[in-house]
Amino acid sequence: MDALAAVFPNLFLGFSVALSLENLAYCFIGVFVGTVIGVLPGIGPLAAIAMLLPLTFKLSPVAALIMLSGIYYGTKYGGSTTAIMLKLPGESASVVTCLDGYEMAKQGRAGPALGMSAVASFIAGSIGTLLIGMFGPPLAEVALLFGAPEYFSLMLFSLIGAAVLVQGSMLKALGMIVLGLLLGIVGTDVNSGMARFTFGASSLADGIGFVVIAMGLFGFAEIVANLEQSSVSRDLLFQKVKNLWPSWKDFRQSWNPMMRGTAVGAFFGILPGAGPTIASFSAYTLEKKVSKSAKMFGKGAIEGVASPEAANNSASQCEFIPTLALGVPGSATMALILGALTIQGIAPGPQVMTQRPELFWGLIASMWIGNFMLLVLNLPLIGLWVKLLTVPYRILFPAIMVFMAIGVYSVNNNPFDIHLALLFGVLGYIFIKLKCEPAPLILAVVLGPLMEENLRRALLISRGDPSVFVTRPISAGFLIGTALLLLVMILPAVRRKRAEVLDESAGGEAPARL
Amino acid sequence: MRIKSQEDFWAGLMFIGFGILAIFVARGYPMGSAMRMGPGYFPTYLGAISVVLGAILTGRSYRVDGEGTGRWGLRALLWLSAAFAGFGLLIEAAGFVFALLALIVASSLAGRDTRPLELALLIVVLIAGSVGLFVYGLELPYRLFPWS
Repeated sequence: MDALAAVFPNLFLGFSVALSLENLAYCFIGVFVGTVIGVLPGIGPLAAIAMLLPLTFKLSPVAALIMLSGIYYGTKYGGSTTAIMLKLPGESASVVTCLDGYEMAKQGRAGPALGMSAVASFIAGSIGTLLIGMFGPPLAEVALLFGAPEYFSLMLFSLIGAAVLVQGSMLKALGMIVLGLLLGIVGTDVNSGMARFTFGASSLADGIGFVVIAMGLFGFAEIVANLEQSSVSRDLLFQKVKNLWPSWKDFRQSWNPMMRGTAVGAFFGILPGAGPTIASFSAYTLEKKVSKSAKMFGKGAIEGVASPEAANNSASQCEFIPTLALGVPGSATMALILGALTIQGIAPGPQVMTQRPELFWGLIASMWIGNFMLLVLNLPLIGLWVKLLTVPYRILFPAIMVFMAIGVYSVNNNPFDIHLALLFGVLGYIFIKLKCEPAPLILAVVLGPLMEENLRRALLISRGDPSVFVTRPISAGFLIGTALLLLVMILPAVRRKRAEVLDESAGGEAPARL
Repeated sequence: MRIKSQEDFWAGLMFIGFGILAIFVARGYPMGSAMRMGPGYFPTYLGAISVVLGAILTGRSYRVDGEGTGRWGLRALLWLSAAFAGFGLLIEAAGFVFALLALIVASSLAGRDTRPLELALLIVVLIAGSVGLFVYGLELPYRLFPWS
């Protein structure tokens, strides 16, 4: 209970910040706009956050962070609605929700499916908030012991983790990471002041903005891919959604899966490189294994909604632990949120927690508030979301293009960025065609400069002796973890199993992005 | 030998190409030593790794089956590219409103079923909305028209 007692004054500070009228309003705008965008198929959290970044420019850092994370949960929530009503995952973490959620909707149980998804998300999110409160500060203290070798090994571990856990070919994911690291190097070298890979363009001297890359790879390319499909099939179930509140039996059936899902989500959330998508997949697979009514899975089992939705949300929450405590983003989305902090003039890292406690704890408290708002807000608004689903894509995508263009341009007010985003859009379309997953790339773009810097520093301290990475225990631990991940992937038996799991839970069709 | 996986084959070539480009460009930067890494050190090694990964991928594409790359939606790609390029070229020269106009018109041409009335409505709503939100609401410093 000691940990819990220590958490309370912090959480109290957090709630006093988050409950100000202003911050409540930004939290509300964030979850509302996030849900709207999440409901619209084709835009994931990453593109949504990048697109809406200009909305936060004029805010204080606390308010900006609160709003951005509100957008993040909102898109996740909206994604589940689309998954249940349309069998179209609004974002990749809700791919598995399609399986049983849509079946339930077909059986006329869309209400309980949506309701359970909201309840599971809220409970998992609340536990996640508590976990950050408890484990964030001690982890930040550990992070103060980190030197250059530890940081380098941690980042290597994150990147390899992202490659291993991504769907599709791991070789390609590794290639995408290397490409991302190379893109991260573009700009002025801090040590020598030399311009690298700028091809003479002065606009590239500060490097390529991650918003530009994210918008190209996740926004632009996605629209091109959507448009080439002759007609996006939308088997919208035009039914009146009733009985949102799940029955007592539904709750009894879902409670344990929900708890297991939360635990799985927390594990993958804290693990750098993993994140909500893999968490929801794993939770679903686990539930199928332990369930007594395994036959019901895929045929409208409410456990099949409760567990992955809980995992999804608890992972989204716990992702903030490594991001905020270590300053090392665990996923592409977190990289973007860190980037937003940098735009606000705050250097991310373990010192944020001690130097800006109101920022850190205000964010944590607002996460819980955001989850609560989603629960109360969305149950009554579900009719509105369902209506939103009927807006045809031909009207949506020009609007998305407008938001993307303004989003990219407004970061630096430089037209060059628009053309660069276009270039990445074309590249992103090629990636889609060649089945190269872009999420590891964008994580690598952010980690690239940090990795090079820490590699340099580590080798400078050790006088060029690479053994420094294995003789320091924390660094060695991360490297062993990295080696294990790679080894596990190379073993053919595991590889088959992984393909089977990813394939099975995806229903063999879902193209997961991010 | 026949290529069994088109997407692996081309992805491999792509990684090889980027790797060679990186090594080629980084050739102009001092390498330094492991202890004092120069600006060329990191990118050169990354380029080499990229080439190796690409070579394995391309080699594997003769053994492992793939799904193929499918049809390429060049029409959408071209119109959407034109939309972004137009916005980028016009935003400073002709102002926010005309840049948006070009962007919206070119974007909708990327779709197959543009309806004139709908497009007109979309133009009015999106431009008015963006100007209201970004220029008046968020006070982003954009010139609205070429003459303003």
